Amino acid sequence: MAVVFERTKGLRPVSTHYCPGCTHGIIHRLTAEALEELGVLDRAIGVAPVGCSVLAYNYFNCDMQEAAHGRAPAVATGIKRVLPDKFVFTYQGDGDLASIGTAEVVHAAHRGENISIVFVNNAIYGMTGGQMAPTTLAGQRTTTSPLGRDPLHAGYPIRIAEMLAMIPGAAFIERVSVDSPANVRKAKKAIKRAFEIQLEGKGFSLVEVLSTCPTNWGIEPPLALKWLRENMIPYYPLGNFRDKTKEEATDE
Amino acid sequence: MAAKGKVTFSRDLCKGCGLCVSACPLKILEMDRETINEKGYNPAYCADPQKCIGCANCAMMCPDQVITVERF
Amino acid sequence: MAKILMKGNEAVGEAAIRAGCRFFFGYPITPQSELPEYMSLHLPKVGGVYLQAESEIAAINMVYGAAGCGARVMTGSSSPGIALKQEGISYMAGAELPCVIVNMMRGGPGLGSIQPAQSDYFQSTRGGGDGDYRLLVYAPASVQEMVDYVQIAFDKADKYRNPVLVVGDGVIGQMMEPVEFVSKPAENLPEKDWATTGTGGKREPNIINSLYLDAEKLERHNIHLSKKYSYMQENEQRWEATGLEGAELVIVAYGTTARIARSAMDNLNKKGWKIGLLRPITLWPFPEKGFQLLDETTKHLLVVEMSMGQMIDDVRIVNEGKRKIHFTGRSGGVIPSTSLIEEKILEILERSE
Repeated sequence: MAVVFERTKGLRPVSTHYCPGCTHGIIHRLTAEALEELGVLDRAIGVAPVGCSVLAYNYFNCDMQEAAHGRAPAVATGIKRVLPDKFVFTYQGDGDLASIGTAEVVHAAHRGENISIVFVNNAIYGMTGGQMAPTTLAGQRTTTSPLGRDPLHAGYPIRIAEMLAMIPGAAFIERVSVDSPANVRKAKKAIKRAFEIQLEGKGFSLVEVLSTCPTNWGIEPPLALKWLRENMIPYYPLGNFRDKTKEEATDE
Repeated sequence: MAAKGKVTFSRDLCKGCGLCVSACPLKILEMDRETINEKGYNPAYCADPQKCIGCANCAMMCPDQVITVERF
Repeated sequence: MAKILMKGNEAVGEAAIRAGCRFFFGYPITPQSELPEYMSLHLPKVGGVYLQAESEIAAINMVYGAAGCGARVMTGSSSPGIALKQEGISYMAGAELPCVIVNMMRGGPGLGSIQPAQSDYFQSTRGGGDGDYRLLVYAPASVQEMVDYVQIAFDKADKYRNPVLVVGDGVIGQMMEPVEFVSKPAENLPEKDWATTGTGGKREPNIINSLYLDAEKLERHNIHLSKKYSYMQENEQRWEATGLEGAELVIVAYGTTARIARSAMDNLNKKGWKIGLLRPITLWPFPEKGFQLLDETTKHLLVVEMSMGQMIDDVRIVNEGKRKIHFTGRSGGVIPSTSLIEEKILEILERSE
């Protein structure tokens, strides 16, 4: 008999504060497994954001810094410039990265900063109680778009992966989802690849992970996965948007 | 029929979200309505261990790392 | 070592490099841009990194990340840029991260002017960021003193695990003066065993953080910080006193303004008046102990600032109603003249006779 799945050492042996069924837990696990499998836990420095995953510094089993809202890519830049041989990653939600922190992430990508970002997009502000996020879908009801997001008034949902993929300094950009076991496995592969890109010194890598917020969407966890599949994936298509290593291989 | 796999739940870590139940291809996982764990939830359990194939889909979807999977 | 002629902003950069600073995250703004310019040329020569951030906010957060790894790190800006950095400054104070920040003050509020001012006294000493925190604030009055205090600032930042602010103004940043770099042995500084450098598999993870969700834990943290600030108040006050004995009036001024005040004092003392000068070097902690040295003969304190009057609040606090307090100054980037100060002093003294 062989153990085929057990808790990763990349996470501390503690229970998280996340709501039941929140897929942050899955994405934490994938990130931590990638750190463990690549053997970088003891030289990793992670940066936690502000938002639901603000307490990520209590969960990842490596050195961590807690950044101000949206500033994780700047903090990670400071870390990486001091310790270029260490592994540096940020874990950020959509309010943090796609709203208040757009300048920081766009410029980190333009600098080709050799860091990796796990970007969790659940189309809402969870921590503050379900307000409209930059990623909230058109028509989606939130506590600050009670009649549904009207793009003519509140603008259009922002597609981060597509936007960052146009940046010359970005080496690896992919969007994945955690709505099914098969997609979770793909997400793991993408996160691991993004981390390898940093270890190879290739530059900026980011994986956008479509995620759920059962509590603030007001949908039971299994049905929230279905909602993600039916509503988010059509607007936020899955796939690789940039892989410099493949482009270079083709060039040769 | 002999089980091909085995799932073990760290019951007190479970938040009763049911994602494992919906992910199981054999529909052998259920929420234990008779038990309330330390966190105050009805935890998930395997109602028919003999049928488990050890696919780990449940563990793949569990946000709280409650499940250990073994395969024979 | 022989003295060399250097521009203030560049001398600050050289002093920082000599103090072991190897990382500078900057953003251009007049009148401090020669500092990032100097660092961009000279830091790489010593194996350091200069990086131009996309904004002052990004720059201070890069400083946060670098300081969290235990590096000696610096950023510089001028008034509105320092306003933007307040977020990171508060976070660094909360997370107890050492760094040195230079503010070459210009006229405000808002975009203000690009000429010299001292109107960031409140911003410097009251904290522009959120929460119960303090910065150690040095206000040198010459290029040489800037050089000396930049070195001291790095040591104090490490000693207290606290951001240290060095404030100058457009005059000190832009003028050239002869300077000598004398490297002093650093204080016996504590090991940075809290830094996030990777666990190396040898210790539990280190966490750099200013979040305490439990109110009582945050209160305990604030009490800990407060004790540190009290210790700084007791041990870090610095000032320069001139001619206090028998003085009828003492001018209180810092930085560039103190230099002008000194000329005014000398002019009047030559005419037989008894004028003294008390020059705060630390704006926080405010040099309360310097005011205890004031003579019984001193009935008047004249505060001179390049602002509409900000430090005067601290003078009122330490004076405890004992002496009459007066103010003169210019603002918006206008530098007060010696005659403005002399006329004000004569007006005060002649009226009280």
